[in-house]
Amino acid sequence: MYLWKDVMEMSKSLPLHEVILNLEMFDTGEAPQVLRKKLSEMLEVILEEAKNQYGKTQKTLTGFTGDNAFKLKNYKAKFLSEFNYIATVTALSIAESNASMGRIVACPTAGSSGVIPGVFYALYEIFSPSFEELLNSFIVAGGIGKVIADKATISGAAGGCQAEIGTAAAMGAGALTYYFSKDSEKVGNAAALVLKSVMGLVCDPVGGFVEVPCVKRNGNLVNIAISSAEMALSGIKSLIPFDEVVNAMRRVGSQLPQSLRETGEGGVANTPTAKTLIANLNFLI
Amino acid sequence: MNLLKVVGPVMVGPSSSHTLGALRIARFVYKLIGGIPNEVTFILHESFSKTHRGHGTDRALLAGILGLKQDDPNIKNAYDIAKSKELKYSFIVEDLGDVHPNTVRIKVFKDGIPHEIEGSSIGGGDIKITFIDSVSCELSWDYDTLVIVNKDAPSALKSILDVIKVNVANLYLRRINLLQEKAITIIELDEPIENIEEIKKSPYVYECYFIRRDT
Repeated sequence: MYLWKDVMEMSKSLPLHEVILNLEMFDTGEAPQVLRKKLSEMLEVILEEAKNQYGKTQKTLTGFTGDNAFKLKNYKAKFLSEFNYIATVTALSIAESNASMGRIVACPTAGSSGVIPGVFYALYEIFSPSFEELLNSFIVAGGIGKVIADKATISGAAGGCQAEIGTAAAMGAGALTYYFSKDSEKVGNAAALVLKSVMGLVCDPVGGFVEVPCVKRNGNLVNIAISSAEMALSGIKSLIPFDEVVNAMRRVGSQLPQSLRETGEGGVANTPTAKTLIANLNFLI
Repeated sequence: MNLLKVVGPVMVGPSSSHTLGALRIARFVYKLIGGIPNEVTFILHESFSKTHRGHGTDRALLAGILGLKQDDPNIKNAYDIAKSKELKYSFIVEDLGDVHPNTVRIKVFKDGIPHEIEGSSIGGGDIKITFIDSVSCELSWDYDTLVIVNKDAPSALKSILDVIKVNVANLYLRRINLLQEKAITIIELDEPIENIEEIKKSPYVYECYFIRRDT
């Protein structure tokens, strides 16, 4: 277990992604090269699935979602940059693939598995990076996620959606910021900016299924990751340091009632339309 | 939490606890009995069954008992595969008592031999096997695991352990039946065992199963 402020201190003499791998070795005994190899296999799956599922319609388990990525892909964006647009289509595509029992990387969880592919596939498409460069940013995303997992939680059932999709977006923002700055302080700022923007976000899946509002939350949160990275890269700081924001998120999570932590009993799950949807549910697959 | 767990694992969706964990429990059973059974009954604890179709829990369980790996895109076609393999299956909902909400009991028949295994999906894809053939245990399947039915007699354990050359992480031993002089020994190992045949040869060993950790 480590704090971001310690990581920042150590990254003065060693690249941040190497610091994170070294710290992991102290924790688990796994050699950095071995870990790097395993992480590269995951990143390969992320890019491969992003490419294969991009903008496709999916037959999801409940049928509540499945055509959102397709709709956005067949529409010309008015406001989003090309980067945001690709990231959003990808995030929706993977979230819908997840809801159809497709192959995903639970980074950091299955329900929030669209955000990281969105960030990395957009980087890959727009900036043509080397795989090793992408992998370094992926490792940094993992380091951000680990700080949150160790000091708070990444489970919606334990801490609400702020802990799931919030962590995904914080990881994505950290990765983007590292890709362009190699600056661990800016990475921490980007992650903190995300978590502060989703502080208190509840986990309220309709019927308890990972579709509504999860799929579209992936599509939206990838944009918060991007704007937070953009702000951090410009030099904007989070006045509250990342470590403290994580602690605040943990406390907020534990204050959330049970009904707002993945039980499907509160939030949008507890609306007349949600109840009608569940009453009339015919499983598609 | 280790880094690989934070950024992974690779799996099929939609839920680590309802899909991945369910598959892993059933796949543990598949590995234990050394193949696809002739017949399987999945007894889902009430709360686990509530949302099972919307999470593909049923497909995940079937896929696991058919031996599919956790990232196999064919998991969603588990019903078709079960049919083509002529696997007889059924799903039952029952109150399994004071257990974890996401608990399933799996009864299998393979070549006439019955087994009954219970496991819980405890979050993030982690599982806990809570009993094997009436013996309570707490297996995470984070280790290579040996399950041995042996003679309940002096030196039985010693004779088994003498043959094991790799490091033992955890060990459970429990008497099944005093009159029949039967005990069950579950051993979690740091590395796979190479000489399982030697264990089977022991006069103290009635049945021996080796369940390799999924990597």
